[in-house]
Amino acid sequence: MAQPVNPIQVKERLKYKDKQKVNLQRPKKGPKYFFRKCKEQKELLWMSVPFLIWLFIFKYLPLGGWVMAFQNFRPARGFLDQEWAGFDNFRFLFGSERFLEIMRNTLAMSIINLVLGFVTAVTLAVLLNELRNITFKRIVQTISYMPHFLSWVVVAGLVSTALSMDDGIINTVLLNLGIIDTPVMWLGVGHYFWGIIGASDVWKSVGWNSIIYLAAMTMIDQEQYEAAEIDGASRMQRIWYITLPGIKPVVVILLIMNIGYILESGFEAQYLLMNSMNMDFAENLDIYVLRYGISMANFSLATAAGMFKTIISFIFLFGANKIAEKLGEARLF
Amino acid sequence: MSLLRRLAGKRRGIDDLIFDSVNILLMLILVVVMLYPMLNTLAISLNDATDTVRGGLHILPRSFTTHNYTHVFNEAQVIRAGITSVLRTVVGTGLGVFASAMVAYTISRPHFILKRFTTLAFVLTMYMNAGLIPTYLLNRELGLIGSFWVYILPTLIGVFNLIVIRSFIEGLPETIFESARMDGAGEFVQFFKIALPLAVPVIATVSLFVAVGQWNQWFDVFIYNSSIPELSTLQYELMKVLQSTNTSGGGAADSFADSLGGQVEMVTPQSVRAAMTVVVSVPIIMVYPFLQKYFVKGLTLGGVKG
Repeated sequence: MAQPVNPIQVKERLKYKDKQKVNLQRPKKGPKYFFRKCKEQKELLWMSVPFLIWLFIFKYLPLGGWVMAFQNFRPARGFLDQEWAGFDNFRFLFGSERFLEIMRNTLAMSIINLVLGFVTAVTLAVLLNELRNITFKRIVQTISYMPHFLSWVVVAGLVSTALSMDDGIINTVLLNLGIIDTPVMWLGVGHYFWGIIGASDVWKSVGWNSIIYLAAMTMIDQEQYEAAEIDGASRMQRIWYITLPGIKPVVVILLIMNIGYILESGFEAQYLLMNSMNMDFAENLDIYVLRYGISMANFSLATAAGMFKTIISFIFLFGANKIAEKLGEARLF
Repeated sequence: MSLLRRLAGKRRGIDDLIFDSVNILLMLILVVVMLYPMLNTLAISLNDATDTVRGGLHILPRSFTTHNYTHVFNEAQVIRAGITSVLRTVVGTGLGVFASAMVAYTISRPHFILKRFTTLAFVLTMYMNAGLIPTYLLNRELGLIGSFWVYILPTLIGVFNLIVIRSFIEGLPETIFESARMDGAGEFVQFFKIALPLAVPVIATVSLFVAVGQWNQWFDVFIYNSSIPELSTLQYELMKVLQSTNTSGGGAADSFADSLGGQVEMVTPQSVRAAMTVVVSVPIIMVYPFLQKYFVKGLTLGGVKG
């Protein structure tokens, strides 16, 4: 047995044995088969098991922390040596006025980002696709992708500079156009906050998000355009009847998948642009968890809120994936 | 085909001309909207601080100076944070991409006994997220708080990256691996000598994603290591400067300015902030055009794959 085992030969031998089921001494399934396979694939196991352990520790073990949601958790004691609270934390959470506001903010910002993000990215992709000069198209693309690589810290800084009361570009432009008479304190009025987040998000990611639609457009049969052109279809008609239907599958699949992330309204942008004046419109689920959990050390309530978010997202994501499957579209994963 | 297009080009009517003009105009507006905030910050960072206060500065510095930058680099904390940022980016990307590629290789092998189990275990974590507090407590229990490794270990393997690399390796012709096996190559040899070299395009793409993520991260510093100056990063330093100027108009950035005292050339929170922003962003902006062809390929590969 000291000879190196050739996996191909082993495989062949197994196949041969499988055919002679009657004579096969070792069963195909069962622990014995499994351990024999493990021995054969020792190297693959060395490559993957350490990372499976990593996965268990860092991704599955924390799920056990959800027991905190049913306790009045005190950090000084052990996990099981705690006062049990039943569903009190959830009752408090769903009963509080603040939670309703948090949910409103979360859903509002999420939906605004979703709709605005889709419309702008698809529009940009269509317009880029219609550009005749390839060099110009490349330059526009390169510039529009750039903000995607900036951190939210940097983008939040750029946004607050642009919105600043004294000398901010937004106020300067609007004043010059005569749309406003006095500079507006954009980040000081809660009602503007959702729009600011939506616009910042578009600025940061519109170019990047358009990539996938542009890629889908390259798959459209060019002869359709030529035929339409000969039939006298205008540019707008060609976009409407050929380009948009051509990318529809991709749009549908991405839209469905994004609906799965409906409670992910983002965290960094809100946290970095939030202040005491716009807080009532800025605070979303993630910030709520952070504020209660880390700042006020109310681990139980924060865990309950986090658990609520994960479970709802889980249902939405699975549902979205199933719908995508039913529609016969490519699933994302 | 191209002949037809050229004919169509000559036949362009007035409608087409209007469409193209409007389109080009819109694209130019887009370019301005994208570039202005960045160029404006660059201009402020290169302009004399007292002159900037006068206002009306757009995309070109009026009174050129590099003083804001010398001021930023004279802060010991900025240099130290820069070193930590570079370290976490290099170590995090190296280890993370290596680990992802290795696991991706194992789940790309059709005969691997844990193929389905491993794939499912990883993919499921995309749906199941324990949330901030349990994760925080776990990292505390593991003694990762106050350590450099809290930047690396908890986010070692990204599931999306794993899937992208796996799809790529699965797309490689199986015969290459087979002939290597005939020559007696084990799995490690096949991974290092065949899979890795052939997967360079996808490895480059994923490395770029991971590196950008590591470089831009500030939240883990804020949550775990905010009280340890040695482990602060550039993004977190910038975040502190921005937060203090946003809310109270004072704080950290002011103390930058105050510490100057009697020097002739002044800096203001605004100019320091701008210089910091440029310092923090330039490394990313520099590498990105070179890798552009890779990431577009990689993204479409991961995104539209059925």
